[in-house]
Amino acid sequence: MADLINLFIDDVAVSVPKGTLIVDAAKRADIDIPVFCYHPKLKPVGMCRMCLVQVGRVKLDRGTGQPVLDANGSPEIAYGPKLETSCTTPVEPGMRVITNTDLVKRAQKDVLEFLLTSHPLDCPICDKGGECPLQNLTLTYGPGVTRFDYADKQHLDKHYPLGELIFLDKERCIQCARCIRFQDEIADDHVLGFYERGRKMQIETMSTPGFDSKFSGNTTDICPVGALTTRDFRFRARPWEITNVPSICPHCPVGCNISLGTRRSAKGGGEWEILRVMPRQNEAVNEIWICDKGRFGHHYARSQARLQKPLIKKEGRLVEATWEEAFSLIADRFRAANGKAAGWLGDRVSNEDAWLFGKLFREGFNSAQLVNRPHVAGLDLVARYGVGVGTNLGNLGQGDVVFIVAGDVEETAPVHMLRLKAAVERGAKLIVANARETKMDRYAAISIQYQPGMDTQTVYSLLASVSNQQSAISSQVAKFAPSDNKIKAAGQLIAEAQNLIVMLGDERPYPVMVQGQYTDAGRALAQACANLVVATGHIGKANNGLLPLWPHNNTQGVYDMLSAQGAEALSGEVKALYLVGTDPIGEGQNLPPTDFVVVQELFLTPTAQQADVVLPALAWAERDGTFTNAERRVQRYYKALPPTGQAKADWEIFRLIAEKFGLKWSFFSAEGVMHEIAAQVAAYAGLDYVCLAETKEEWPPVGTSSDLYFGGTAYDNRGGVGAQTKSLFEINGRSELKWIEPPPPSGQSIEPRRLNRPGTLIDQSAIYEVRLRAAELVKIEA
Amino acid sequence: MLTEIFKGLSITLRELFKPPVTIQYPEIKRPVRQRFRGRHELRRYADGLERCIGCALCAAACPADAIYVEPAENTDAERYSPGERYAKTYEINMLRCIFCGYCEDACPTDAIVLTDVYELAADKRRDLIYTKDMLILPPPSGKPGTPQQVAEGSYPRSILPEGLVSEP
Ligand code: SF4
Ligand code: SF4
Ligand code: SF4
Ligand code: SF4
Ligand code: FES
Repeated sequence: MADLINLFIDDVAVSVPKGTLIVDAAKRADIDIPVFCYHPKLKPVGMCRMCLVQVGRVKLDRGTGQPVLDANGSPEIAYGPKLETSCTTPVEPGMRVITNTDLVKRAQKDVLEFLLTSHPLDCPICDKGGECPLQNLTLTYGPGVTRFDYADKQHLDKHYPLGELIFLDKERCIQCARCIRFQDEIADDHVLGFYERGRKMQIETMSTPGFDSKFSGNTTDICPVGALTTRDFRFRARPWEITNVPSICPHCPVGCNISLGTRRSAKGGGEWEILRVMPRQNEAVNEIWICDKGRFGHHYARSQARLQKPLIKKEGRLVEATWEEAFSLIADRFRAANGKAAGWLGDRVSNEDAWLFGKLFREGFNSAQLVNRPHVAGLDLVARYGVGVGTNLGNLGQGDVVFIVAGDVEETAPVHMLRLKAAVERGAKLIVANARETKMDRYAAISIQYQPGMDTQTVYSLLASVSNQQSAISSQVAKFAPSDNKIKAAGQLIAEAQNLIVMLGDERPYPVMVQGQYTDAGRALAQACANLVVATGHIGKANNGLLPLWPHNNTQGVYDMLSAQGAEALSGEVKALYLVGTDPIGEGQNLPPTDFVVVQELFLTPTAQQADVVLPALAWAERDGTFTNAERRVQRYYKALPPTGQAKADWEIFRLIAEKFGLKWSFFSAEGVMHEIAAQVAAYAGLDYVCLAETKEEWPPVGTSSDLYFGGTAYDNRGGVGAQTKSLFEINGRSELKWIEPPPPSGQSIEPRRLNRPGTLIDQSAIYEVRLRAAELVKIEA
Repeated sequence: MLTEIFKGLSITLRELFKPPVTIQYPEIKRPVRQRFRGRHELRRYADGLERCIGCALCAAACPADAIYVEPAENTDAERYSPGERYAKTYEINMLRCIFCGYCEDACPTDAIVLTDVYELAADKRRDLIYTKDMLILPPPSGKPGTPQQVAEGSYPRSILPEGLVSEP
């Protein structure tokens, strides 16, 4: 905390770091200065004049440059002739700011009166009504009456779709440009702009299709009025009628903290429904942002197509059955399989589910043939050398380096992209290596484009240029010494890096199953990345290590749970196969030959159609549990909706099956399962549902229940910020370099993961369909 | 002793020939006070459109949490009320209602009003949840009901001038 500046705001002494704006300094002292255009996540623009204050500065003697002292010997303060915008003025030593004089109050009243000359009297029908900064500030600071003629109000289009998801009410807009600035500064999709001028000024989309950004929904949150609404929530309910339940986004490995706004609705047949998804502030994970998939991809939880009851195949057809019938049949067949049972576990289920699945196989089915799907190489390496405890992309800056290889951050972990872009602006350096161009190249200090399939070789070239120290693999690495200056420069950056995060992408060959065994495809790159962080010593510390771009929300957690229970790949004959939350047949793959297939799912997927028994599981919003994100932060989500049909939580199904094997497990809640995980998995030691629910004060305090200035909409985090687990290296200090000869390009055609690719879950969001259709699918070679 | 009994009976006898204070309900009904608050109704404008804009302020004001409103968006092809928003679902649970009239006070369009109807008994709880169909008045004679198909852009505001005039 070097360079603290002392000043007085309304006679309260405040000390803040140099460069702080007056408005933020006041906030530190719990003094609210009203703002509209200012947002602590955006650069100040001084457009709305709501934040005017009186500023006095220390008077300096022109000749000596020394403060002029008054009779008492204290510096004289000179107040400016005019009010100043506190959102654009940085603090100065000895400054005196006054926020509550008549002059200031009058200015606030006038600004509000001006704003309201064009603002419609829409509060009763406005979706922001109830959590609207304009309402709040008008009530607190505004004049009681207006001198303007009602008939003179500005009338503009009230139903203007900017894109297929976001609607604009041009009358309500107060031209603060927060939406434009979010798109320009944070999302870096320059798709919004102003059009016309004066009272007619309006927001316009500059892209085709309209509002073409993966982050468009965030503008509806930061808009200080109800000018921007989402198609999902538009006219669905008043904010105070909603029950907000803390949750974790179930889509990608960022693990954004979200709130599910639920309500019993007539539209949903009198059932509880999710009306909107809002970000929940967690400055270490998603700050206050989420992507559009997280915001609009919740509809699967309340889809009509959900499985309601267990199904059993009789005479070639799946017919409804009771749980008891299904459990008995499963118990009989898995008992008969006599250890020749295998389990395929999708990586979207919770940690608790994954743990009990493994336990059921160990203790009940007497088998360890468990695979997590989709199978990606390097899970073990990430568990070992993943980013250290305390990692926060929001802390990266000067001297830190992030190396992204074979991945497209915006498509696979969108919110990481926002945070990395911001890190680059704070001085961090980005090195991007890929076979094709991605959005991250825009921020890269060095972009390396390699020939398809040459990912691993590129990483070793980089490593060769970083160090010439003797190590277990240095002779092999030396063969890849680069001739390319770019790679040399990148090596130089890494050599000088204080902190280094290596983001391991998945645009590499995928392991495929050959005779029951997964191939090692993609492994070489993961090992190369691990070697890079190990050889350079960037492991076991905050903001150092591997950060993978995994396919789903709990890829890491499912791996952690299964590997801790000694899971091994399929090794022999499989007589009975149990699939949970995964659809290999729908993805064009085959099941291993087997006599009996159980599928536990939300929907009747192509794989489920082939099954002998189909068990209906609860969706994430209908139950509680934990997910582990790519940074290995374990985060808790809560039950927001009642169950669909007779569906049960995955972990509960496993417990009931275990009962059929005479196993008396005493788990009656997901919380109970977490206790066992904490006791048996080293990295999860000490975790429980209480500590995962702990929250902390966040800075900036955006739109929490006590603050309605910066955000307006509530980002309150009442569900916990989660806890990061230790990497194995942090636990046992063991690291090693291992050589895997980089394979020559395989020529395998791969389709890089896109955020908006169709899939079993996202297909249920009808409003998102346009995005899914619009997303161009690229194919590359690996 | 005896005199007391006769005294008492004489009162009975006198009252017997006075006109009764009770009335023969339900054959005869007593007029209610002017500001009596009874069963609600949802009103319409003269052109048949609904006044209610689905703002749920009545529900917010209701101390008994008796009102449920679910809004939806109007289009010119299917217009229920002026402006953008209308009440797709509007229910009052008469079992919960305490007839305080706060809903009427809260309503920005004078859509919900309490009438003088007090005969609300029913023998099923379900029947005491009054739906929008039960609450809304029929359109004025000769006017269409809702939804109406109207010329594009003819109802840009949520309240008609008629609604801005407060009535007795
Ligand atoms: S739409 Fe909202 S965020 Fe954008 S300029 Fe208008 S008021 Fe500001
Ligand atoms: S970035 Fe990922 S986790 Fe976050 S909201 Fe989007 S899909 Fe969900
Ligand atoms: S009269 Fe009072 S209790 Fe009854 S619905 Fe209206 S606000 Fe609620
Ligand atoms: S009756 Fe009045 S207060 Fe209630 S929803 Fe309709 S317009 Fe709003
Ligand atoms: S000018 Fe300072 S908040 Fe808008």
